[in-house]
This record gives sequence, structure tokens and C-alpha cells, in this order.
Amino acid sequence: MLTRIRTAVAAGASKGPIPPIPREYPTTGSLRPGSDEAVALLVDRLIDYKAEVSTVSAEGLADAVDAALGDAVSVVVPTGLHPDAKVGCERRHRAVHHDGVPAPLTAAELDAVDAVVTAATVAIAVTGTIVLDGSADQGRRAITLVPDVHVVILTVGQIVETVPEGLALLRPTAPLTLISGPSATSDIELSRVEGVHGPRTLRVLIVR
Amino acid sequence: MSTFLGVPGARPSAADNPLRGDRPFPVAAREAVGNTQLRRNLGRALSTIRAKRAAVVAEVPDWEALRDTASAVKADVMARLPELLEQLERNVTARGGTVHWADDAEEANRIVAEIVTATGADEVVKVKSMATQEIGLNEYLAERGIAAVETDLAELIVQLGHDKPSHILVPAIHRGRAEIREIFLREMSDAPTDLTDEPRVLAMAARAHLRRKFLSARVAVSGANFAIADTGTLAVVESEGNGRMCLTLPDTLITVMGIEKLLPTFSDLEVFLQILPRSSTGERMNPYTSLWTGVTPGDGPQEFHLVLLDNGRTNALADELGRTALHCIRCSACLNVCPVYERAGGHAYGSVYPGPIGAVLTPQLTGMSGHGDVNSTLPYASTLCGACFDACPVKIDIPTMLVELRGRAVDADRDRTIPGGWAAAMKAASWVMSNEKRFAAAESLSKAGRVVAGKKGRISSLPFPLSGWTTSRDLPAPPTQTFRSWWKENRPDDLGVPLPTSAEDPGDPS
Repeated sequence: MLTRIRTAVAAGASKGPIPPIPREYPTTGSLRPGSDEAVALLVDRLIDYKAEVSTVSAEGLADAVDAALGDAVSVVVPTGLHPDAKVGCERRHRAVHHDGVPAPLTAAELDAVDAVVTAATVAIAVTGTIVLDGSADQGRRAITLVPDVHVVILTVGQIVETVPEGLALLRPTAPLTLISGPSATSDIELSRVEGVHGPRTLRVLIVR
Repeated sequence: MSTFLGVPGARPSAADNPLRGDRPFPVAAREAVGNTQLRRNLGRALSTIRAKRAAVVAEVPDWEALRDTASAVKADVMARLPELLEQLERNVTARGGTVHWADDAEEANRIVAEIVTATGADEVVKVKSMATQEIGLNEYLAERGIAAVETDLAELIVQLGHDKPSHILVPAIHRGRAEIREIFLREMSDAPTDLTDEPRVLAMAARAHLRRKFLSARVAVSGANFAIADTGTLAVVESEGNGRMCLTLPDTLITVMGIEKLLPTFSDLEVFLQILPRSSTGERMNPYTSLWTGVTPGDGPQEFHLVLLDNGRTNALADELGRTALHCIRCSACLNVCPVYERAGGHAYGSVYPGPIGAVLTPQLTGMSGHGDVNSTLPYASTLCGACFDACPVKIDIPTMLVELRGRAVDADRDRTIPGGWAAAMKAASWVMSNEKRFAAAESLSKAGRVVAGKKGRISSLPFPLSGWTTSRDLPAPPTQTFRSWWKENRPDDLGVPLPTSAEDPGDPS
């Protein structure tokens, strides 16, 4: 098959020299990563796509996580989650599953869990995108997928303005998930409905 | 330009080929435009998506620069395809994946079926994928006792309705909410009895229906939006989370991907992840994008197979102009702006790739075998208005390619012993117009047209072969005076440069 591809590539090759690839688009934005303006832009875009957003202080993290979980009675967390966030999960006598301790939860077990709390790797303000990369404070991809409520903890320093800035901070070979608002579909008459198979509720806590 | 027509090899018969319908486009389109429900559904959906796309594209000040880069990156991919594919294979293999090469639909289907059979599963969950539609994978698996469950909402609507997809992005775009409710009530055993036609309610019914499938699935089949050669990373861009479910929960993942889907480097995603969501769903970013490289121990499928599919792509690749159709990232912006697609709908094209891009891609993938091949009619499914070119995020010059393919469709007919009406008319016109006296005589004859046109000033019916024109359009009556006689009257002193004489007569139309 490669031989045929080589033949075809040669047959259809451009007669002249191939011009260099232009890169005229900006690869950085005008907003400093973590700046108030970058945070404000992210908040605006997250709300536009029906995510819920709160800005919290580092000291108030446990309270904020507790509030974000609300009525959830069971929570799954990755092992590397910030200790204060775990404290917030444990309030109101919630059942807290540490994924992987002693064993990873099965899909059916995850389906019985109300919510998940994780950190994130990067957030891209202009598109309202949060990136998870499977690190110890973000966990396996399945834990942020099956429960119906996802609480994400971001620090302001993780917030960049543009897509190129955000992608440049990623490890390409990590299992990456880019999340922009809760799951949605536009498949019925192209009108958008939020909340299909992924978590129907996305709550973002931005820690200053 | 070389004319590599790519004579198709042994293919399934027209009836079951996802790339070839059973009727010429004009016949199918005539029927479709008579379907008022279809016209209403399409008109409403497409006007919504056009407005959304325009709004989010206008937000990006460097949109044209992104298009230029995207176009050049894809041209570079086509020029270096063999080395990039080998690089991809090395990187996927190094990270625990297995790469398969499939010449055609049959080989790709066989590879997938063998992998599924080896796992012992009799059901696979599927992420919406054009490549697997193009090869008819679901039907192939069904014949071997393996159920393929479509998990994208629109694909599910199509599958449950025993229907065919009519749009690249929203395969059930031809269905309205009331029809979807009917399909769910009829075909979905666990549909709630009080189901309404609210999109939210319908989406929740699909969520409940598919949840069990996701949680128990052992094998998933996906396509890919992008594959990154320098890292071996695959990307699936989606909205509902059904993609994440399929890419994460099963033990085995099989991805079928056309060989043209490559990008050279991971950083090229910074361009394509900006242009694709805005062009397709009119969103700044789609809700979910999954990127994975081979197998990640302890996270997601522990067995990963990548099937690289040719299936006619090398036909297009072997042509300098035609290969630009392979730049397509399947955003469907060209469908959404096309006046022909909006009225005829996707089914009229007969191929899983409808609309403007389908009209240039499909005939190149299958080859056009001249008169009698329905795919020879696809390059004519356009008014050449150029809206598709303007909307295309990778700047594929679809109108120019349509004209080129029309030429080839005619060329493929050259050896017919009885010339068609079109060829005869062109030959006659060439004979008349290449000689001044004949042309003047013909002009004066055209006055007869005024008689035919009558008082309304339009000719709406002519005998064969001229009926080929007048069955779908009116012909305006010729003017009262020819340009030549007007010139003589108004510019009697300026006869200009003399025209060539009949000494250079290039011949007669025999």
C-alpha cells in the first residue's frame, strides 16, 4: 500500500517548489496568563456554555468543594487531589472513593457515584476549555466521565488566553481530555441541548 | 495536468456501495425538492447553523491567517504522506498500539471483524465516523453476527429509523423533532411512554438507552479527526460524551482512519482545533476533545488498533488539483452554505459524502466510468456560486475542481459511438462560431426564437435535444436586434479590426 501511496504522491506532485507554510496567526494573546482579564474571559466563556463558575480563596477551598458538591452523597476523587479538597468532599458524611485504592472503580461502580472532584492541567480562556491530562490530581479518564457532576479546581496560574498557548503546555502523549462546558448535542434541528452522556453538570472553582 | 481517472477495481454493486447511489443526481434531486417536510427541516436547521458559524468566525480576527496555514499544512501532508504515515506507525507501535493498512473497504472491514471476533465480543459501540460509513462496516459486521451500536445521537436516529445519513456532521438533519419522537417510540424498547418532542427530552431518552451499552461494552470502533505523525497521537472531536465513553471504557479500541487525516506535528493542532469547531457546529470549542497515544497503562483501552484506509484516496492523491479534496477536515461548512444542498438534501447525492465536498470527493474516490455512472452527475450538482470555497476552513477550491471534474465526466464519454445532444450541440456551435459569415447567418436565424417565445418573452419548452436545457430552466427570448446590426447602426465609421476570414476555417462538424 505504501508503494501505491508513493506512486500517487509523485504523480500528483506540484510542478513548482512547495512554498513554506505561512504562520501569520498570533500564538500568544494580549492577556497575561493568570491575569484578572484572562480569568474574566474564561468565566464569561464558561458561563456562556452553561458551566457554573465560582472564584474562591485558597483558604476557602474545602468549603467551596463542599458547596459545589451540594446534595451529592457519594464522590470519587483521584489519589493526588489537594488535601483541602478531600476535606470538602468528606463533609456531610459523603462516601468518598479514592480511585485506585485499593483498586480502580469499575464502570458500573462509577455509575453509582454521584460526583467527581479533580484538578486540571490548563484552562484556555478564549474558548472556555479545561484540559485534563491524567496526572495524579486528575485521575483516569473514566472517573471524570461517568459521574453526573464534575467539580474542577483550577488555579489562576493555569489560565491562558489562547488555544496555541494552552496546547504548548501539554504533554502530547498523555491521555488528554479537552472539556468546554458540559456535554451537549445539536443533533436535533441543530438546537443545542446541554447534558447528554458526559457529566451534565460542570462546576468550576477558580482558586486565587 | 495529468488525468488519472483511477479506474475503480472490484467494488460492491451500486445497491450496497456507500459511495454510489442508485440514481443520477438530477433524478434524485427532483424528487427531493418536492418533499416539503425535508425542505422545511433543512431550511430551518441550516439557517441556524449558518448564523452560529458566522458569529463565532467573526470573533477570530486572524481567521484568514488560520485558513492559509491550515491549507498549507494539508498540502505539505499530501506531499510527504508516505514518510508521515511511517512516522505515525512507528510512534503508535512504540506506545503499544497496532497499525493495520487497508487498501480498500473489503480489507478494512475484514481487519476490524477479525479483531472483534478475537475478543469474543458480539457487540461493538461506535463513535460517529465517516470512514466506517464509507466502508459499510456496520452492515459487514451484522452479516457476521456482530451488532454495531451507533452512539452519536444523530447516528442513532438514522440507525433506528433504518435510514441513511444525509449530512456529514448531523446525519439526521433531514428529520424534524416530531419524526424523531416517532422513531424513538417505535424502535427504542426502553423509550418512555410519555416521550415528548422537546429536543431535551429526546436527548435524555437517548442517554438512558445508551447508558447500559456504554457500561458493558468491551470493544469500541471510532474514526479519527486527526492523527499526529510526530507523536502518534489520535484525536476525536465530539460534543455528547459518547466519544469519550467509547474511547475510555471498553478494553479494546479500533480506530479506522483515512490516510489523509494526518497532521505533521502536535503543534499543528493549535490551528485545526481553532478552525474545526467554529466551522462545524459554530462553537468556539466543541464540548469534548479526546487525544490519546497508543495505550496508557491503567487508563482506557489496553488494546489499541489503528486501521489506515486508502479506499480510493490514492486516486485523488495522484492528481495535483484533485488531491486538495483530501485536505477536507469534514466540518460540513460547505454543505451548510450550499444552495443546492439546502434544497436537494444529502440523500440525493447517493454517497455518504454529500454536498459540495462530496461532489468533488466521491467521484475521485470511486472514479467516474462515464455515461451511466451516477457519480458522473455529481460534479453538476452545483451552481458554481462559490459559497463553499469561502466557507471552507482549509480553502479547498471546490468550484474549480467541479469544473475540472465536469470536463473529465465529458472526456470519459468521448468514445461513445453515438454523440449525446450536448456533444452534438457543442460541435455544431464550434462550426458556426468559428466563421464570421456562418455566425452572422445564425444570429439572424435566432429571430425565429422570438416567435417561439411569444408574448411572455420566455421559451419554456423546446424539442429534444434542446429540451435538456428547457426542462429545468426558461430561455429568455432573443433580443430584437443583434449586437452586430446595433454596431453598424450606431458606429457606422468604426468597423474596428477585421475578423479572420474563412481561410482559417478549422473544419466542419462532420
